[in-house]
Amino acid sequence: MKTLKYIFAFLLISISVISCSDDDDSTSIEVNPVEGLSKIYEISAANHVVEIYSEKQNLEIGYNEISIRIKDLTTDKYINDAELSWMPMMNMTDRTHSAPHSMLNNAEESTVYKGHIVFQMASNETEYWELKLNYNLNGESVEGVTRITVLQPNDGMVKTQVFMGVDGVKYVLAYVGPQNPEVALNDMQAVLYKMEDMMNFPVVENFKITIDPRMPGMGNHSSPNNRDLTYDSVNNMYNGKLSLTMTGYWKINLKLLNQAGEILKGEDVTEDNPESSLYFELEF
Amino acid sequence: MKLSIDVFPSRGMLVGSLVGALLCGNLSPLHAQEYPIDSLKLINLSEVVVISAGKQLDHQKQHKPLSTLDEFLETARSIKMVKRGAYAWEPTMNDMASERLAITLDGMQIFGACTDKMDPITSYVDVSNLSEAQIGSGQQGAAFGNTIGGGINLKLDKSNFKPTGWTGSLETGYETNNKMRVFGGELNYSDENFYFNTDVIYRKADNYKAGGGQEVKYSQYEKYNFSVNSGYKLADDKSITASIIYDEARDVGYPALTMDVSLARAVIGSIGYNQDTLFGEFNNWESKVYYNTIKHVMDDTTRPDVVIHMDMPGWSETAGFYTQANLDKEKNHFMFKLDGYYNKSYAEMTMYPVNPNEQPMFMLTWPDVRTKNVGFYAEDHIDFNESSLKLSTRLSYHSNTVEDDFGLNSLKIFYPNMERTNSRFLKSFSSQYHKALGDFHLNGGISYGERAPSVSEGYGFYLFNSFDNHDYIGDPNLKTERSTDVNLSITFKKPIFEITASANYFHVFDYIIGQLENSLSTMTIGASGVKIYSNIDFAQLFNASLFGRYSISNAFKLSGNISYHRGADDDGENLPLISPVSYGGALDFYKNQYSASLSIEGAGEQSNYNPAYGETKTAAYATLSASFGKRFFINDNDLFVKAGIQNILDTNYSSYTDWNNIPRMGRNVYATISYAIN
Repeated sequence: MKTLKYIFAFLLISISVISCSDDDDSTSIEVNPVEGLSKIYEISAANHVVEIYSEKQNLEIGYNEISIRIKDLTTDKYINDAELSWMPMMNMTDRTHSAPHSMLNNAEESTVYKGHIVFQMASNETEYWELKLNYNLNGESVEGVTRITVLQPNDGMVKTQVFMGVDGVKYVLAYVGPQNPEVALNDMQAVLYKMEDMMNFPVVENFKITIDPRMPGMGNHSSPNNRDLTYDSVNNMYNGKLSLTMTGYWKINLKLLNQAGEILKGEDVTEDNPESSLYFELEF
Repeated sequence: MKLSIDVFPSRGMLVGSLVGALLCGNLSPLHAQEYPIDSLKLINLSEVVVISAGKQLDHQKQHKPLSTLDEFLETARSIKMVKRGAYAWEPTMNDMASERLAITLDGMQIFGACTDKMDPITSYVDVSNLSEAQIGSGQQGAAFGNTIGGGINLKLDKSNFKPTGWTGSLETGYETNNKMRVFGGELNYSDENFYFNTDVIYRKADNYKAGGGQEVKYSQYEKYNFSVNSGYKLADDKSITASIIYDEARDVGYPALTMDVSLARAVIGSIGYNQDTLFGEFNNWESKVYYNTIKHVMDDTTRPDVVIHMDMPGWSETAGFYTQANLDKEKNHFMFKLDGYYNKSYAEMTMYPVNPNEQPMFMLTWPDVRTKNVGFYAEDHIDFNESSLKLSTRLSYHSNTVEDDFGLNSLKIFYPNMERTNSRFLKSFSSQYHKALGDFHLNGGISYGERAPSVSEGYGFYLFNSFDNHDYIGDPNLKTERSTDVNLSITFKKPIFEITASANYFHVFDYIIGQLENSLSTMTIGASGVKIYSNIDFAQLFNASLFGRYSISNAFKLSGNISYHRGADDDGENLPLISPVSYGGALDFYKNQYSASLSIEGAGEQSNYNPAYGETKTAAYATLSASFGKRFFINDNDLFVKAGIQNILDTNYSSYTDWNNIPRMGRNVYATISYAIN
């Protein structure tokens, strides 16, 4: 009988469903609004300090998510009524131009102004980027200009495309995410701007970006169930699904289609044409 | 066990019904029970293959004593072996392979660790470990586990408290074709209260040569195996047993595949408890807990011109138990068995890009799938006066869980809504009737069985199948495969003459097979496409065979068999890996410790093949083999010498089971010597 008990115990153990429930973090902790971000610039003035944060260590060519906050030194508090606006400027040897950028807003966290800039080129010895900031501090409007450095991305992956469409318009297309791609069906995001002139880069709405991820190192293996990027007016971005069947180097071949469905840039990937002229690269 | 009764039916009637059975395709064969064996009293098996390598007096029955387990199994009429090279053949029964069979080692569930089926569990034991293979066709194999096609249980060789004292033996063998060297030995002690058996065997083979002398590259292998099993009597009616097997193969070539195996290793252990009675009424109570772990490493570093170098290791671990007891109530002989196992299957693939600056490409090909199965099996063998009926059932709970998040997310690319866990309830029912009518024995049965998809079928991620040159992807939402089968056999038996005709028919609902999915892009460079494991509405499998033996005299015995097989899917298309007509025959001689045999084995042209599964028409072939043996007694010890020639005519051939039509071994001369110290 005793032995039987053991057997039943063993049986029970073997049929018991091992369910690993995810830990619920129900305890809310006071969150630092710039937790996990790198402070890349700190501009000190007489009575306040402007802090510029990025998710990356540096500003790089392509899409950069940037957070800015201003500390009033008289109260030692970060202000939430700055009405901050910005304008990136590239000073080339022969001309100046801006870069596509979003508006800044502090809706998420009242003391943190968030936005993004798509830098089309890197700084060099003779050509440099400046960031012009306009804000209110204690009822006074302030304008500041700071020189910033924009680097080539470390990984050397192409994540930004500046090109002329067949409609004669110059577009800037930048990869936003997934920032940490996985072997999974990833949410993919990109931003699309057109260049109206050197200073104005409005968001292009309601176009479509088709994606065809490929592994050139694996006979141009592709992945299933990708969803083309379509415009989302909530965040002014293009959202879709990117499936990656393994780690490694992927080339995401793209085509840009206007509202009429006409291809403005990019080609289908075929046996004879292994890649599109419009693409992103990623490696993980 | 054999019942006989004088009966009336005329011979014509029987022959008529036999022909009907063979032709109508709705019946299936019955396999007569060839060797009634005491230990199997209640398991009505189709066939038993005696293996015991160096031992006892079975030598004269074995054409090739130190051959591999694969070769032994291939001698079973109901088993065909699928070959990807010279090593690790995959057993099939009724034209169904691993995923549709329940293959156990002394009742223990073991699962291979290779995603490409390069390590059927029969490759992790050797003949030195085993006494016999018990084979049950269809649901007659359900005692061993959930099955569609049948079950094979490999029985470990044990002294079982026989008062033999110390015994030992040494064996060696050599084969000319692939220069295979075999060395084996065993040392045993047994008395009424205690026994232990140890054995060790080592095999090393070079590339073999096909008929005509052409070398088949990458067909070499090296393997060794060591096992200990022991028993101790706690009391007259109680004993405990323990066993461990260590098996390791290295440098195993697979000429039909693009990769070889650098390591295939298994450690298989168990502890058992046996008691003669239980609760007064039950007898032969037997229980066991076991654990086994397998590591399998595929490797392509020895191959030239590899498009992309890859590592593909796999692991499989299984823990389980069973407990069973018999109960005899007048005419009813019951057996009850409770069993369960927990398996963990994990396999990964890392590919190294040609451009060394790029990151390696990694995927989980088996996403750490945890399989739980708990089953209850019961059978009742009812003896009537001139007939017997066996009823059996197996009810199991089966679940699969994808433990690894990386793997789960990978599969969600294909199945965004898939659940992490999938459970099902599996049922099996069978009834088998035997009636003796004079010299005739009639066997017939009808059964129903279910099986869960295998790990590859449910969760495989870009598994390359070199047979049809496609990548395969599993489907976690596959339905349970269900099969109804009928079998019938008729034996006419006289002391010197016996003939059995048998047929079986399986109608398998929701048959699982890879279906081409054109929208998917291949992963393997050079693959022709991607298939997804899918349920097709049904498949039909029909097997018929005729077996006869005739004792010409006390010394000479003649035997022969011929079988026919057919498999079709719901569109009437041929299923892959279905045997063409095959046949075999042997003339055996045994007298005064001399033995000799002449045998022929062959198959007709494979006319029912399917190119969609990578098959080409395999030509007819026949091979001729011979063996000679002599047993000597030296001071009570036993020296046994056996030599033989296989494929005497050096025929160049391949069978339907040979992947990519890699030719089989050409002429091979072998010799084995065993010396047993009693």
